Amino acid sequence: MSQGLVILGATSKIAQEVARIAAREGREVLLVARNNERLEAVSGDLVARGASRVESIAADLSDTGKHEALWAQVEQRMPEMSSVLLAYGSLGDQARAETSVPYTMRELNTNFSSAASLLSYAAASLERRKSGVLAVITSVAGDRARRSNYVYGSAKGALTLFVQGLRARLFASGVRVLTIKPGPVDTPMIAHMKKGPLTASPKSVAAIIYRQMEEGNAEVIYIPAYWRVIMAVIRAIPEGVGKKLKF
Amino acid sequence: MNSEIEIRSGAAVDQPTTPAPPVAGDTSYKSWGNYPQASHKKILRPAWMDEITGKLLCDNAPLLAYGLGRSYGDSCLNDGGTLMDMRGLDRILHFDAEQGSIVCEAGVSLGEILLIVVPRGWFLPVTPGTKIVTLAGAIANDVHGKNHHVEGTIGCHVEQFGLVRSSGSEVVCSRDENPELFAATIGGMGLTGVIVWVELRLKKIVSAQIEMDTVAFSTFEDFIRLSSDEEGAKYEYTVGWVDCLSGRKTRGIFMRGNHATEGKLQTHPEKTKLSVPFMLPGFTLNPLTIRAFNSLYYTIGRSKAGHSQVHYDPFFYPLDKVGDWNRIYGRAGFTQYQCVVPESEVAAFQEILERIARGGQGSFLGVIKKFGSVKSPGMMSFPRPGLTLALDFPFRGAQTLRLFAELDEVVLAAKGALYPAKDPRMSPRMFRLSYPRLEEFRRYVDPALSSSFWRRVAEETA
Repeated sequence: MSQGLVILGATSKIAQEVARIAAREGREVLLVARNNERLEAVSGDLVARGASRVESIAADLSDTGKHEALWAQVEQRMPEMSSVLLAYGSLGDQARAETSVPYTMRELNTNFSSAASLLSYAAASLERRKSGVLAVITSVAGDRARRSNYVYGSAKGALTLFVQGLRARLFASGVRVLTIKPGPVDTPMIAHMKKGPLTASPKSVAAIIYRQMEEGNAEVIYIPAYWRVIMAVIRAIPEGVGKKLKF
Repeated sequence: MNSEIEIRSGAAVDQPTTPAPPVAGDTSYKSWGNYPQASHKKILRPAWMDEITGKLLCDNAPLLAYGLGRSYGDSCLNDGGTLMDMRGLDRILHFDAEQGSIVCEAGVSLGEILLIVVPRGWFLPVTPGTKIVTLAGAIANDVHGKNHHVEGTIGCHVEQFGLVRSSGSEVVCSRDENPELFAATIGGMGLTGVIVWVELRLKKIVSAQIEMDTVAFSTFEDFIRLSSDEEGAKYEYTVGWVDCLSGRKTRGIFMRGNHATEGKLQTHPEKTKLSVPFMLPGFTLNPLTIRAFNSLYYTIGRSKAGHSQVHYDPFFYPLDKVGDWNRIYGRAGFTQYQCVVPESEVAAFQEILERIARGGQGSFLGVIKKFGSVKSPGMMSFPRPGLTLALDFPFRGAQTLRLFAELDEVVLAAKGALYPAKDPRMSPRMFRLSYPRLEEFRRYVDPALSSSFWRRVAEETA
């Protein structure tokens, strides 16, 4: 089972922590992210921590036009891939999105369209192999649109649905699809916000993700688990009330 | 439409970003002693080396890099200014397990280094009494350990580092490249620039165990004999624990050890089991409880006297076992008095011990050690040949300050010095007289950097 791990968005904080766990287990890892210098730093770190092989590809993941070529490269560099983790996203600036439609469309592309594109290639790869795990980090924000971040939320919500569809498609070929919905995690993504009591550490979130990818059998996980309850309550708020809430 | 994606940080579609905008009046960053307190105008939390630029330093002046906050006093604080939390830079960039060298980002802790290098038969060349410090912090304070008499300070084992100054981009500093900046930065209290990465030479080991001898001593002369060069040559690690409240008699325990020549290369546990969950009330520590603790420690030490083999973790880092142990001192905080005096000034050293005993304010832990003559490249390093004493004191305001002022005079008269990493209160005069290269050092201080400590003891008055 534990063969190659492909991480899309490998320089995100959560992705780095997941990769460190894989490295400690001596696995092979392929990292994909935009910034080459940062990829080098992460690669060095994983080798030092015990990864048996670390490959990296610098690519702009939002550029869907280049995904086919990118995926061919992934296949070539990590032919024995068994797990794929999609870990990138952009929280964006809601206020800016409300005044700039092009910005809104870029955010939707980053968080949904580009992810759907990459996942389609990844799904085909694993489907051919008839095994493996496809794990996708979406967000609790995708469970219900909110006034304060509906651009991000709607993209993540769409991604959640897309992944649900992939699960149904890949079920027949024995590929497991895991939807991961973290609450706020203490990463650079939310570094500008005040840390609340519900902010989880990237390390603990990564440990849950890795365990679920490698040993678990869950389909949809909330991290920490109490977010499942919180979001159930938030989803249950009637629309007439929900539209007046500022949160 | 691909190039303009903006993102706060971190994700795959990343590009150089500015670390987080300000958190107003942040008081969550403290020093280990919890005295003094500081409020920071702005906290930056970079996640990548490329985010730290000269411009960032200029835009956020006065700025200070902060690691794990194990400095006791105010040398890791920057009241009213910007603090840059370096823990996001926690990557090992390269580990050469053949030659024994490691290149790390600045915010990697010594404990994290041990987890990587011990299984491959390497160890830190020098380690302080806690592994919960960052590598760059260790260099900024040019830390020493139980093997100072053999290996000198950590600065003696630094090959090179990358330093970002407000005047431009990263400069590489080593003994050959920018040697003045190299010397100023080792022990430079974070004031010469922001260290972003470090290459450190490691020490070869074959076992994670330490062969330890424990010897009780009941006079100061005994301690001096145990610390002699002749005895010291047989043991890489030596340190004494002293009960300062026992009056004229200097009783204590002498611990000495060497790396074992066989055994497993097992690392320390990653998680601490025990932790002090909140600030204890200030009265928990009073002279009586301290006296009881010291007696107990001495008795236990004496009963265990002799030879044993222990893992490096309890040998070097006994207090790391209890997370946040500084909280036992309560909200008022505590401080440590660490001084060094030349070996010829034994009388002054004894006088310091006596004054502390008379003062009755007690110390939970008194550590004594003889420094050797291995010279650090650091311009502002604290260790120098002689005897060092480190004592913890609960902070009791004027009473504590008065005692320290008295001790200062003894230290000064003996041509000794205090350790900035432990200090919340020394006078500018004390600092000036005990750090003879201060004026030379001043030339290398980056104008965009400062600290509470620096403004307190060394800032030039116009």
